[in-house]
Amino acid sequence: MSILIFLDKADGHIRKSSLEAASYGAAIAAQTGTVAEAIVLGTITEDLSVMGKYGISKVYTVDDAVLDELDAQVYTKILAQVAAATSATVIVFSNNLVAKAVAPRLSVRLKAGLVTGAVALPATSNGFVVKKNVFSGKAFANVSIDTAVKIITLNTNTFSYSIGNGAAEVVPFAATIDVANVKVTATNKIVGEVSLTEADIVVSGGRGLKGPENWALVTDLAKLLGAATACSRPVADIHWRPHHEHVGQTGIAIAPNLYIAIGISGAIQHLAGVNRSKTIVVINKDPEAPFFKAADYGIVGDAFEVMPKIIEAVRELKSH
Amino acid sequence: MKILVCISKTPDTTAKIAFVDNNTKFAGDAVVWIINPYDEWYSLVRAIELKEADASTTIHLVTVGGADADPIIRKALALGGEEAIRVNIDSNDSFYIASQIAAVAKEGKYDLIFTGKETIDYNGASIGGMVAELLDLPYISFASNLALNGNDITVVREIDGGEETNVVALPAVVSCQKGMAEQRIPNMKGIMGARTRPLKVVEPQAVIPLTSIASFDLPPAKAGVKLVSADNPAELVRLLHEEAKVF
Repeated sequence: MSILIFLDKADGHIRKSSLEAASYGAAIAAQTGTVAEAIVLGTITEDLSVMGKYGISKVYTVDDAVLDELDAQVYTKILAQVAAATSATVIVFSNNLVAKAVAPRLSVRLKAGLVTGAVALPATSNGFVVKKNVFSGKAFANVSIDTAVKIITLNTNTFSYSIGNGAAEVVPFAATIDVANVKVTATNKIVGEVSLTEADIVVSGGRGLKGPENWALVTDLAKLLGAATACSRPVADIHWRPHHEHVGQTGIAIAPNLYIAIGISGAIQHLAGVNRSKTIVVINKDPEAPFFKAADYGIVGDAFEVMPKIIEAVRELKSH
Repeated sequence: MKILVCISKTPDTTAKIAFVDNNTKFAGDAVVWIINPYDEWYSLVRAIELKEADASTTIHLVTVGGADADPIIRKALALGGEEAIRVNIDSNDSFYIASQIAAVAKEGKYDLIFTGKETIDYNGASIGGMVAELLDLPYISFASNLALNGNDITVVREIDGGEETNVVALPAVVSCQKGMAEQRIPNMKGIMGARTRPLKVVEPQAVIPLTSIASFDLPPAKAGVKLVSADNPAELVRLLHEEAKVF
């Protein structure tokens, strides 16, 4: 019996969201009296024994370059082998795009009930119940997984972890690897920017900023805070900002610790993508902007006057 | 080519979310229901575009739900599609729903199966992957572009921190998001035509669900916004640093 955590890589390193998943899996292991083990697929470039600090006792690796590209069928079959070999009872993923491709398949293959987008540790005193976001962040469902093996994908930025001591044992896993059906012919990664879905802080601009030439008000603050930048749908649609920055219902859903919205009115479609943020700050000159109802802090004022002063105050703070 | 488009009925984006029966059931009575936006705007419209490019294409729609899903499936037929199939059962277990869709898909021998990237009610994003596994087909998730080249599709899909282009042979399952197509409004001809197109009702396969919803919760109400004067923005920075401790 064990908890198995799938660790996802970005540029050869374990993703921050996977560290959250590892710690979450370790907490389930502690709660249910078992051990947390992990699996990494593809070329390994770092010392994985460090995963011991996140509560992982053993890391299995399938160090094969063909797995650097995702084919969900191939991944699923390997994970099924690892799950069987380790007698995994709970399999944990971070709820990212790899998990979205692989976890549903694995659920079918193992006949293991799946909860995607978990926001808390499971309640295990009576059955196995996982809380997840539903209705685009407007409610939670407590979902009972009624099968022997369970799969959970954990929302990013929802589980805070502490780093401990210890070293994980790193063990190669001899997997049968199928030939991929999907051929990856091009990859286009956004480089040099803080990842929007994993960022602690996101600074976002809307139509209130009047034009792309004024975006320094967003990017300067983001740079000072080490934040990712985002925008509202209209701003992406009129090409002031790239589409990959669009947060909201049809764009990306995020849940940072701090979301700063500048010149965004807060239409319900926008809120659906950001309402899971822990602290929301709204700067808008319209006191009737609906966003203020969802905000924790706000300034009713002209962004062109307010933002330079905020940027100055943050610069001052960061200089100490 | 035969395309199967999966359609889900969801509450309108602006619907008030509330629960009844001791918080075990969504209060759907007073809610306006719509076609799940990702199913409508992206997967159904992309299927219609493929048919416009090649008139020999057949589009079927499938939904899993009770008779109250009929107006939604008719609305989808008004946009396009020759025939709709409704599997006559309500469920909120992804595996149960995917199994019903997979049974329909197996029978119809489709080349391409489209789903939306997720539904806006249960936000599971799981049906496409599950249907693909049940049928042992490739699955491309979160696609923003799809081109047909003979028996292959070239698909741009979202990955963490960017996008990649995949080529895969049909048949395949694809989940669709923004970029795949542009929203369309049904016209009168479509609406009238939808009334006469077949809507087949089939009974569900016997499948044991893997999950069940024990209860729902609403998030705790926000304490209310703390407003800082526009004359003193530095105070906001102080509050975020010292009170909220977010940086």
